[in-house]
Amino acid sequence: MAKVLVVTSGKGGVGKTTTTAALGAALAQAGQSVAVVDFDVGLRNLDLVMGAERRVVYDLINVVNGDAKLNQALIRDKRLENLSLLPASQTRDKDALTDEGVAKVMEELREKFDWVICDSPAGIERGATLAMRHADLAVVVTNPEVSSVRDSDRIIGLLDSKTLKAERGEVMEKHLILTRYDPARADRGDMLKVDDVLEILSIPLLAIIPESLEVLRASNVGCPVTMNNPLSAPARAYIDAVRRLKGDTVPMTVPSDKKSLLNKLFTRRAA
Amino acid sequence: MPGGERSGRSADMVGSTRPLSIPEQQKRHRVTQPNSRPPIRFRGRSFMALVLAPSAPVHDWLEDLDALSRRSPAFFVGRPVILDVSGLGLDRADLTALVSELKARDVTVMGIEGAKSGSLGEGLPPAPAGGRPVDEVATPDAPAPTHAEPPRAARSLILDQPVRSGQTILHLEGDITIMGSVASGAEVIAGGSIHIYGALRGRAIAGASGNPDARITCRKFEPELLAIDGLYRTADDLGPDRRGQPAQIRLDGDAIKVAALE
Repeated sequence: MAKVLVVTSGKGGVGKTTTTAALGAALAQAGQSVAVVDFDVGLRNLDLVMGAERRVVYDLINVVNGDAKLNQALIRDKRLENLSLLPASQTRDKDALTDEGVAKVMEELREKFDWVICDSPAGIERGATLAMRHADLAVVVTNPEVSSVRDSDRIIGLLDSKTLKAERGEVMEKHLILTRYDPARADRGDMLKVDDVLEILSIPLLAIIPESLEVLRASNVGCPVTMNNPLSAPARAYIDAVRRLKGDTVPMTVPSDKKSLLNKLFTRRAA
Repeated sequence: MPGGERSGRSADMVGSTRPLSIPEQQKRHRVTQPNSRPPIRFRGRSFMALVLAPSAPVHDWLEDLDALSRRSPAFFVGRPVILDVSGLGLDRADLTALVSELKARDVTVMGIEGAKSGSLGEGLPPAPAGGRPVDEVATPDAPAPTHAEPPRAARSLILDQPVRSGQTILHLEGDITIMGSVASGAEVIAGGSIHIYGALRGRAIAGASGNPDARITCRKFEPELLAIDGLYRTADDLGPDRRGQPAQIRLDGDAIKVAALE
């Protein structure tokens, strides 16, 4: 039975697309068949982060409108054959998504894959509510700063009321991924600590992704961070997250990029 | 119980109780000079209005009404009455006549529903907005004087889930107890007191249906706004005292007092 997971946050720029790509790739690397779906119609990014932007022919809107079959629109990843992307349309806007069309696409995706990961757009409007509507579980992506935390709290309220699962009276499973975390700066009080965020949001923690240049590097080359450099700190955090999603118990740590002794001794060249 | 559904259901009732809808100018005035003049208070109050829907011919209907009044002379005393004339096609003159006929029978009409557009105006009651239907009111068939309804026991609302940012919890009939926290950007409005067993980071508005004895208690005091019986204070006015501590908030005259919760 397929699991539909929505990656959402409320606020923009906190790492939803990066997280979608990283989780999707890590699940595929663990042998699952995965589809990642971009719901950010009009501002699509997932194709770039996945490195598939030059192979887009049909998109989600074409499938929703019945202009293309799902198989025609799905783009299979060149590096992992059990990972597919359903891109969003860049030329349309969120109003082009119909309730029935999205329901039909999600139904079809459920039959084909083990995991369907929906990359939600920012905001609480149509695109975001449709992305979460059919989900079985949600990953809420939050940065350790107050505006991101409050927006996530708002999104959790919507997950508990506007989704099909909530309307059936069931409980939506929700997990928190804290991105761009810097333990040193949190200790200095420059950013919220993990416990502060957890206290406000009161949902279980799935992973802490450390602030790292690897994330930017991976998205610039169009490769999910878990595939681009699986040994990097953010990749290890995402891989742990996937193991927890699959039911394993993994102790919670903030992975860091190890520096060699020489690197520690010579931090920076003097001016 | 999903939160958004709650706030959706309560949305239509919010308009009737607006302890905060004071113009910005006045707010400043009140906050900076609390002792100069008594503040204007806005309160909601709801009554059950009796809807009279005459049937054609109106003359016969008035006779039936007379018969009812004879059986129960006190039936209309002190009752707000709404006249529903939809489907009757009465023009302005007919309406004026009907209203004065009713007035002669001690029935004072508060508003008229279903009148043709333009037929209301000076001398006639206005068309009320935002009414919600309630069950039929039993007409007395024996000559018994009507008693005032016994006051319903105040019911409290208990929530097991935290109140998330953007949600409104509205419960004008009694107290609200929240087992979790109230997030920044969330709003809790109670006719009675508000008890929060987590942190209060949003707005808490107690005594919204006019109850100066209502209180607010919370385990962690970090509110954005507090109000009791229409008198409010923002986080800025409150200062840093008691922040993060367990607290109880009550009204002392026109002042909001924050005390430690032992």
